[in-house]
Amino acid sequence: MANRPVLARLAVGAVAAILAACAPPEVRFHASGHYPERLSDWGVLLARRGGLVLGRDVTPYDVNTPLFMDHALKLRTVWMPPGTAAELVNHARYDMPVGTVLSKTFFYPTEDGIAQAMPAWDGDVAGMDLDSARLVETRLLVRQSSGWDALPYVWRGDDAYLSLGGAIERFHLVVDGATAGLDYVVPTRNECASCHATKASRELLPLGIVTRQLNRGYHGSGDNQLDAWRHRGLLNGLPGPDEWPRNADWHGGDSATEHLARSYLDANCGHCHNPESVVDTTGLWLDYATHPMRRMGACKPPIAAGRGTGGRRYSIVPGQPEASILTFRMAATHPSERMPELGRTLVDRRAVAIVERWIASLPGTCG
Amino acid sequence: MIRMTFPLLVTAALVTGCGQPTETTVRPPETAFSAETLLLALETAQPGDVITVPEGRFDFRRGLTLIADGVTIRGAGMDASVLRFAEQVAGAEGLLVTGSDFTIEDLAIEDTAGDALKINGGRNIVVRRVRTEWTNGPDTANGAYGIYPVQTENTLVEESVAIGASDAGIYVGQSRNVIVRNSRAEWNVAGIEIENTVGADVHGNVTTRNTGGILVFNMPDLPQAGHSTRVFDNDVLDNSTPNFGAPGSAVASVPAGSGIIVSANDRVEVFDNRIAGHRTGNVLISSYFSAGYSREREMQPTFDPYPETIFLYGNTFGRGGQAPDRAELDAVRTALYGETGRLPDVVWDGFRNPEKTGSEFAICVSDGHAEVLDLDADGDYAAPGVDGAAHDCEHEKLPPVRLVSL
Repeated sequence: MANRPVLARLAVGAVAAILAACAPPEVRFHASGHYPERLSDWGVLLARRGGLVLGRDVTPYDVNTPLFMDHALKLRTVWMPPGTAAELVNHARYDMPVGTVLSKTFFYPTEDGIAQAMPAWDGDVAGMDLDSARLVETRLLVRQSSGWDALPYVWRGDDAYLSLGGAIERFHLVVDGATAGLDYVVPTRNECASCHATKASRELLPLGIVTRQLNRGYHGSGDNQLDAWRHRGLLNGLPGPDEWPRNADWHGGDSATEHLARSYLDANCGHCHNPESVVDTTGLWLDYATHPMRRMGACKPPIAAGRGTGGRRYSIVPGQPEASILTFRMAATHPSERMPELGRTLVDRRAVAIVERWIASLPGTCG
Repeated sequence: MIRMTFPLLVTAALVTGCGQPTETTVRPPETAFSAETLLLALETAQPGDVITVPEGRFDFRRGLTLIADGVTIRGAGMDASVLRFAEQVAGAEGLLVTGSDFTIEDLAIEDTAGDALKINGGRNIVVRRVRTEWTNGPDTANGAYGIYPVQTENTLVEESVAIGASDAGIYVGQSRNVIVRNSRAEWNVAGIEIENTVGADVHGNVTTRNTGGILVFNMPDLPQAGHSTRVFDNDVLDNSTPNFGAPGSAVASVPAGSGIIVSANDRVEVFDNRIAGHRTGNVLISSYFSAGYSREREMQPTFDPYPETIFLYGNTFGRGGQAPDRAELDAVRTALYGETGRLPDVVWDGFRNPEKTGSEFAICVSDGHAEVLDLDADGDYAAPGVDGAAHDCEHEKLPPVRLVSL
């Protein structure tokens, strides 16, 4: 609903034609208040000759446990100004230099033009064929001297266009063989801030740039990303690998139920449900830290869940996933019932099954 | 629209060779105010902005979010400027605000999927002549809260109207320094609810045709325990709508026909209200044990489940307590007062804090003939009764809430 591509569309043909013949683009940083309408003007990521091209020194990366976004696959990249590096403050916080541009592009593989839900992709940017992919949106997080800014861009043809008010994209998606209409919701700029912000400072922070998420090889291959970043001089202050926490590899590398479940809750819920967030109004902490089980929801009554309780009494009833609010909200689709509130309209069935298995394994009873 | 610089400045790219594009600026013609206009004004708002919503009906498919401080949203009247969300597919609120120094006035928010107006964490909040409504009337499928400031400080809700919320019409949670006045809450499960809030004045309101009129609650597991609420000069009348709250939610346990409920909160002063027409009871005072989680005896060690230092005076009571919406209460009524009798104006579950037995923690009632019935819920209703002397006392009156810098 918030797209204004009309004016910008004028130049699409010219850009595509001219850039197609050129070397990797240079990343160009833009000051706050002067953000370009077209994603290509950042030089981070271009659609060219039916494929995607990354800008010079733009590094793709991957996380262990992705945030579920209606089965979209994601290409994440980081770029820092030449000669600068991220500083590790602690494993949950990296200070990135002013001028950093993080991007996350949401896309679906297509068959006969219809988007398909796939569990993962191989991370091969150069090998991506845009004739068999639907690019939906690219979110930028750009580090200004005043802090991070979130910028949603929505793809239209060969470029994506700044859409501060987000968008609701209607298309069909095939999930487990069934085709259904999807209202894909691109977040607004302010909605980005509502997930990424801390309570005390209202400061917006990247979510995936933490040790437990980066601690892996890129799509399971090559060096550990943290080692690679360190060796390339992109990351300072990292302690030895023995101390690196690691979320479960949801691409298939892990199978322990508790680790998968806790990692999923950490990545999909814990950015809001933690003691430092505005969501401490709920008293429910789901980040991957050491919390008493009560704080994680065991035998904890809801505060302001409304119909989000699903008629259930406690966030988690040990041993009884069918009586737990947590799994009800994960499996719900109505906007007033589902969790997370933003970021999905469909249900992540695999995640629901794993969290149910975890709750079923918990000892104890309520009341 | 006062300020719409950024969203209407569209940058087009001009590409020269293989170099980076240069930017030019194109200003499109002014367009009529639309839902999109408001969405973008909120997305790009800066401190000091006054966003004017003209008369009209504006339809939204997603919730609105405001994070900037110092913004005013001003409509042309709560029946003239209407934000409608019946087709909402995204967002758990109609409007979510996380900024401080926020004022919203003279508009309506209708038929949101979840909460209508949620204000999370700001200071110096004014909600004035705002109507939140689910236009289909009471329905479990309605959103939970109408006007919902939570973790705010210095908050004024006045001359507003809240209708049809499946939890509370006006719900102030975990806040400090709050005034809710001269407002109307109707056809909600809870009309006005003050929860885990420190320092609230609730006065001059009309709560009618809710399940419960005015609730002052404390819930466990939250960063702040509430105390010091004054409920005075309200009309609390005929709150007997059957409970349509979502099962499992805190208010789902509110019996139909409850006037004022104080649960697990301390230092609550209820005075000069007009309370009538509540078949369960005009005033109910309960511990957390009776608030729907009666089997739940384990809770965080710091949580105080008992209502303490409660003071009622100067209230005018009408009919009430003649047909409680709970079998155990109705059994007590029949046993003590006969088939046609009614419960006293103040009904207390009788759970006592064994460590706070002094008179300074008592429930004091100096309301003429009003009596306090001790249900003895703690003893499975074995020995309910009225002990006039135990409640014939007074507490020091609470100071008025003063809103700083409003």
